[in-house]
This record gives sequence, C-alpha cells and structure tokens, in this order.
Amino acid sequence: MSTSTPLTTTPPLVADKPSASSVAKKRLSSPWASIAAIVIAVLWTLPTFGLLVSSFRPERAIKTTGWWTFFSDPTTTFENYSKVFGEEGGVNLAAFFVNSLIICIPSVLIPMSIAALSAYAFAWIKFPGRNVLFLVIFALQIVPLQVTLIPLLKIFVSVDITGTFWTLWLSHATFALPLAIYLLHNFMREIPAGLIEAARVDGAGHVSIFFKVMLPLLTPALAAFGIFQFLWVWNDLLVALVFAGGGDEVAPITLQLANLSGTRGTAWHLLSAGAFVSIIVPVTVFLLLQRYFVRGLLAGSVKG
Amino acid sequence: MLAALLLFAAVMGVILFIAGRFGGKRGDKVVAYLYLLPAVLMLAVGLVYPGLRTIYQSFFDAAGSSFIGFDNYGTIFSDKDQLTVLRNTVFWVVVTPFVATAIGLVYAILVDKSRFESFAKALIFLPMSISFVAAGVIWKFVYEYRPDQGNVKQIGLVNQLIVWLGGKPVQLLIETPLNTFLLIIVMIWIQAGFAMTILSAAIKAIPDDIIEAARLDGVNAWSMFRKITLPSVQPTVVVVLTTIGIGTLKVFDIVRTMTGGNFETSVIANEFYRQTFNADNQGLGAALAVLLFVLVIPIVIYNVRSLRRSEAS
Repeated sequence: MSTSTPLTTTPPLVADKPSASSVAKKRLSSPWASIAAIVIAVLWTLPTFGLLVSSFRPERAIKTTGWWTFFSDPTTTFENYSKVFGEEGGVNLAAFFVNSLIICIPSVLIPMSIAALSAYAFAWIKFPGRNVLFLVIFALQIVPLQVTLIPLLKIFVSVDITGTFWTLWLSHATFALPLAIYLLHNFMREIPAGLIEAARVDGAGHVSIFFKVMLPLLTPALAAFGIFQFLWVWNDLLVALVFAGGGDEVAPITLQLANLSGTRGTAWHLLSAGAFVSIIVPVTVFLLLQRYFVRGLLAGSVKG
Repeated sequence: MLAALLLFAAVMGVILFIAGRFGGKRGDKVVAYLYLLPAVLMLAVGLVYPGLRTIYQSFFDAAGSSFIGFDNYGTIFSDKDQLTVLRNTVFWVVVTPFVATAIGLVYAILVDKSRFESFAKALIFLPMSISFVAAGVIWKFVYEYRPDQGNVKQIGLVNQLIVWLGGKPVQLLIETPLNTFLLIIVMIWIQAGFAMTILSAAIKAIPDDIIEAARLDGVNAWSMFRKITLPSVQPTVVVVLTTIGIGTLKVFDIVRTMTGGNFETSVIANEFYRQTFNADNQGLGAALAVLLFVLVIPIVIYNVRSLRRSEAS
C-alpha cells in the first residue's frame, strides 16, 4: 500500500477515478497485506479442512497419526460415513438428519408467513396502537431464549405435546417472529406508496394487495429471512435439548452430534464423519444462496 | 409435518378469508388486527408470559415452592463456582467482540477490491453457516491431546505444533484459565466472518470522492485507515461489536460440546442449563436466565442510541 502511485500523476484525460483493478494491483503490490490476508484465510480454513481429511481416513490412522500424515500416506475410506449411517454403531445419523429436515421446514415457513402478514399491517395500515405494538415486538428481539424455556416446557406438558415435533415448530416459529417482523417491515417500507395507492384505487383489498403487489416484491427479503431462519434452526442445540432431549424420535442431528461428542470423545472417526454430515446442508444452502444471506445480514445490522 | 403445514395453511386461509370481507377505512383496522393476531398471540404465549414467569420463578428456591427473595441472585454473586462462571462470562464478552471485529475489519480492508475478493470472503464467512456443535467438534480435534510418551503421536494440530517447536504436549482443554480462551477462539472463528461481511459493506459505502481526494493529498495507507476508513465505519463497528457481544453472552453450545462446562469453563448461558436440568435447581437456573437478560439490555440500549446518533448526524 504505497502512497506514490503513478496513476495519480497522469493527466485526468481518460479517467479521473482509478479503476478497481488498478487499486487491486496497487494493494497486491504490498506483499505484507497479501501475506496477512493469506495467513488469516489459511487459519480460518485449516481446522475444518483437517477434520474433513480425517473423516476419510481409516479409524486406526485417525487415532494414531495426525491428519497431515495423509499427504505422505493418502489412504482413504468411506467406512466412517457408512458407520455413522449404520444402525449397528448406534449412531444412526440418517434418522436424525431426516428429523432435522422435518423440524426445519415448518419452522421456516410458519414464522415467515405470519411475520409477512404482521409486517404488512405495520407498514401499510394505520391503526390505533401501531407504534407501541411495533416497539414492543422490536424490543422482544433481545429476550434470550433461556428466559422462556422452562415455562414454555410447562405449557407444552400441560397441553400434552411434549416429545412431538410440535414443541420445536411452535417454539422456533415464535422465537423467530420479532426479527422476522422487523426485517420484513423494513423491506416493505421501501416499496413506493404509489404502488399500493394505485392498487387501492383499482379497488383491490388488503388481501389481494398483499398477494399481488407485496409478495412478488418481497421475495428477496423472504429469501433472506428464510435462509437465516433455516440456518438458525438447523444449527440449534439449546431448543432441541430442552424440548426434544427426551426421545430420539424427534431429536435433530445437532443433538446426536453433541451426544457423540460428549460420550465418545475419542471416536474421532465417527465424530469427524458425523460433523460433516451435519455441515453439508447448511453449507450447501449458504453457498447456493450466499447473496440473499448476506443481504439479510446487512438489512438486519446496518442501514444504508 | 404435512399435517402441521396443512393445519397452518388452513388457519392462515381463514384469517385471509375474513380479512377479505372487510373493505373501506373502518375495515382497515379489522384487517390490521387480524393480520397481527397470530403473531401477537404466539409472542404473548411463547415469549412474554414465559419471560415474566421466569422472572417470578427466580425468587423461589430449587424446588420452586418457597419464596426466598433475592437469595438466588446472592448465590450467583457469592458462591465460588458461580463467581468463576461470572469471571468466564466477562472474559468471553470482553475478548470475543473486539478480536472478532478487529480481524473482520482488517480482513475486509485487505481483500477489498482484490481479484479474489468473493472467494477470500467466503472462506472466512463459511464458519458462520456451521453449527456451534460442529464447530466445537472441529476445534476439539485441533486441541486434541495425546499423552507425552515415546511412540505416541499427537493428532491435534496445536499440540503437534508445540511438539515440533520442541515443547511438551499440553492438555489444552483442562488447563485453567487457558481453556476458556481456547473456547473463545472458536467463537471468534465463527463471528469474524459476520464482522467482515458487515464492515466490508460499510467500507464499500464510503464515497469514492473522499477516498480520491485523500489519495490526491498523498495520504499514506495508515492515515487513510485512521482518518477516513475508521471514522466512516465507526457506527457500523459499534453495531457489529454489540451484536457479537449479545451473541457471545448467549453462547452455550460451544462450551457444552467442548468441555461440558467442566474444568472451570462454564459461562452463564451454560450454567443456566446445568442448574435447571442437571442440578435440578430451577430457582438458580431462572435467576441466571434473568441475569443474562439484564446483561443484554444495556448493550442493546447503547446500540440503539449510537445508531440514532449516527442517523441524526
């Protein structure tokens, strides 16, 4: 990052702004900056890479030598993966994997639609108590889950739905609402009022405005929230432990992985393969929909 | 699952159907309340009531039967184990946000406008999509220890590095208070990507003409960072710091997966779970949860205030 660039001394006939590539070249000309960036990138990738390599090494090799020996002795096997999916190992990850999917889908769709309706009301309908109610819901974002779990568990016991997916669907959906309403409300406010007024003049009611005008425009926001919520629910352990901790029938993959990690600290062949099975879905979602995910992040944290 | 989705769709259908019957100005109010009904109902039953109930419960004893005033809170601030929990939580909340944000900011600047920007960013960002449990497993492996004997080889990277450098392998996750900081590294590893993404967007939002003017003035890289980049992204830095701070306060999975809170590594969020479900002390568990809530509030207020200030200016 030197200060004397030949670019600034050329007469500004062609372009008065340095192009992105010229700035990049200049930056890369500072070797320290590049080295620092590469060091951070390597540090951030290495732990995951090590476990990934391990998951394909034979059990004996994992337990006796470091994963870096792989480069001098590259023996690979799929045995760890077949073991974590197998019934006899007691790991049976496939069932938990399916449970995670069953938990996730309604836990994303339910709060998404409920929040979209509420956000619409907050953004486009005037009614008494609007500001106060919105403020309350906004403030509810800061309630830590821990505060709600025990009373919620008691409610679930009293209506007799413990040990079913309902506990997870309902609680995940509820916990997501404050953020979802806030995010979707922000997006909706940016839609020009003229669009809605025009629709109203044409005689459209709130239901058809919601479906015909709002929803199509809201797709990116819904996608952003959806990915957020999906990752959050897929990766959750606390809610799962409290509400699905009792039985394996409804437990998600994170719970089984945590159990493995607790009871079999040394079963690295199972743990490494298991961890990667649990990572596949969120990482795929992340890589495919990165754009929306980042957009959701930015909408939630910084303005402008 | 299908049954749940169908039932849910039916409820939504009824709401929309009723809403469709109303028109005109007066109908607006009805529609608004109908649209809000499911959300308000769920939040009241699932968040507000349980929250209040837990606050109430925190004034009761372990069995939840007799009122003991502020005794549970007294325990948190006097019991030796609980004080360790508080100390660890302070370590977590002080170290994680600052280190993660600093790394995120530096990295965002380093890769900004470089040829590999999006790939480089994805590498740092990827841990964000991994569960804390999986992250815990990944790092437990990095920290893995094998006893120091002639024919035993280390399989954890950190201990191997220590051995290569001529040291003796350390039981990293048992050594106090080193283990708490090793757990904090995991959280930093996850959160740096978040900081990087948000700050990168803020850096890109700095107007080109300001940067160009500074460049023409012959400002060097360091003063560019101090006089232009940092002041421009400062409000965003506050948001990132506080967001990570709040997330860190609530973190539980990392501690539980990696040490189970043993060897003096417990934090408030983990202790809540342990007291409530393992030690069967619901009163103390509730008090810990309430404390968590109380600790989050000032961070949020600070966040909202600084956001207001930056919007006003």
